[in-house]
Amino acid sequence: MPESSMIGTRIRERRVMNGIRQSDLARMVGISPSYLNLIEHNRRRIGGKTLLKLAEALEVEPSALSEGAEATLLAALREAAGAQSELGIETDRVQEFAGRFSGWANLLARLHARVESLERTVETLTDRLAHDPHLAASLHEVISSVTAIRSTSSILVETEALEPEWQARFHRNIDEDSRRLAEGAESLVRYLEGAASSEADIKSPQDELQAFLTRNGFHFPSLEGDASGPFEITTIIEAADELGTEAARRLARDTLDQYRADARVLQLAPFLEEVRRDPSPERLAQVFCCGLPLIFRRLAALPESEIGLIGLVICDMSGALIFRRPFPGFVMPRDAAACALWPLFQVLGQPQIPVRAQMRQAGRGQETVLALAAAEQIWPATFDHPALLRSHMLILPETYGRAGDPVRDVGASCRICPLRECRARREPSIVADGF
Amino acid sequence: MDKKVLLIEDEPNIIEAISFILSRDGWEVKTHSNGHDAMDAVRARRPDLVILDVMLPGKSGFDILQEIRADAELGATPVLMLTARGQVKDRELAEKSGVSRYMTKPFANADVLEAVRSMVCP
Repeated sequence: MPESSMIGTRIRERRVMNGIRQSDLARMVGISPSYLNLIEHNRRRIGGKTLLKLAEALEVEPSALSEGAEATLLAALREAAGAQSELGIETDRVQEFAGRFSGWANLLARLHARVESLERTVETLTDRLAHDPHLAASLHEVISSVTAIRSTSSILVETEALEPEWQARFHRNIDEDSRRLAEGAESLVRYLEGAASSEADIKSPQDELQAFLTRNGFHFPSLEGDASGPFEITTIIEAADELGTEAARRLARDTLDQYRADARVLQLAPFLEEVRRDPSPERLAQVFCCGLPLIFRRLAALPESEIGLIGLVICDMSGALIFRRPFPGFVMPRDAAACALWPLFQVLGQPQIPVRAQMRQAGRGQETVLALAAAEQIWPATFDHPALLRSHMLILPETYGRAGDPVRDVGASCRICPLRECRARREPSIVADGF
Repeated sequence: MDKKVLLIEDEPNIIEAISFILSRDGWEVKTHSNGHDAMDAVRARRPDLVILDVMLPGKSGFDILQEIRADAELGATPVLMLTARGQVKDRELAEKSGVSRYMTKPFANADVLEAVRSMVCP
């Protein structure tokens, strides 16, 4: 179908969208309804004055009705179709598609461009790891010195009656190589740390939300007052540079809505007074006559100057982590599923029974922490739907715990967990068997 | 027996260790530590066996191996290749270039001895 013929389709779509009857539009531009009908069905050519009048009546730019505005869109659609040629896309009807569904067509073109740019990013990153000269050099250095040490030390151990001169020489070599090994290992660690931070430019909406909450210290004074409302939330969100995407702003709005609702129930001044007296969550729940999850959220909304170190992680019924206030040293995975041994997931099975557990994450130099977990129903059950729950786990320093309680060994997420023979493991670790 | 081994490797302490274990086993060991003129060294020494590192300054072990194999007189010399990378690609490349045996660093001394002995019949 020739491009010019599709102007009629666009006029018809636009008219229907504006809710104007064909006869009314015909009268507005001074043509007969039957002539407009022919135009709309692409049976009559249209141009000049009639097009301008129609555009005016339909409140659009004339170019939106004529084909010129769509040239780039059509090219992008053809390109997207070319990349997926095996699908048998109706490329011969691309103008019709773009004309009838301009929103969908624009979305498709934009998504295709986004996929292409993401693919380039992935390629660059893969390339960086596989061909990074610094990484290759550090690894070579480490392997060379390990090779020399291994060979030399077994000479020292296995050679009977080794002459003192040789012995001294090999000892000196081992000393030299172990120094090199130390340097090589150090530079590897530096490199890997650097590589982690250079990923900073690749962010998901959750990362943006996390950066936003972290900068604010998880505390929002303007939402604490009785008078606060949607306006305060909008003001905070609009001022936040971290929230670059619509999805991130949406997540932030949900989080702050919850914050404001909590702050209305448990107002800051009386809550703080009781916290200063004794911050034990169980006692606070009794004093304020409310559930533990609300107490957890309010505690985790206090500035560090008031509450000290505190962490909170919230998950939905699928186990996805939807809120994280980090606790120093306690790893909460960003994308991967967390460790199934966390008390957080235990309470989903028995929502009425909160869990208190001392736990220690596997890994070097990990501290024991106190975990308090409780679930909250956020939507009641019906005969068609199960109740919706959210599980909360508050993390406090070990000093809050009871001395002598057993300590549970847990992980962060399986891929980076060194725990051996774990019944909860769902995929192999990249660290357990590596060295 | 006094068979001759030429060790082409650039790490001085690895050279010293391999030289030591091979000499104690009765081999005559000559060493060379860069890639540029490694081929000249092979021609001059005419060894019974070459131990060749992959990562050498100046020229890669793969290139040197190909040059040895292309040489009319030295082409049949057994070559034991040492590499710091166990990647499949490297191994394939070495095999295509005509390597006799292939060993990954770090290695056990006993394995090197066993390999060298099995490659040259006394």
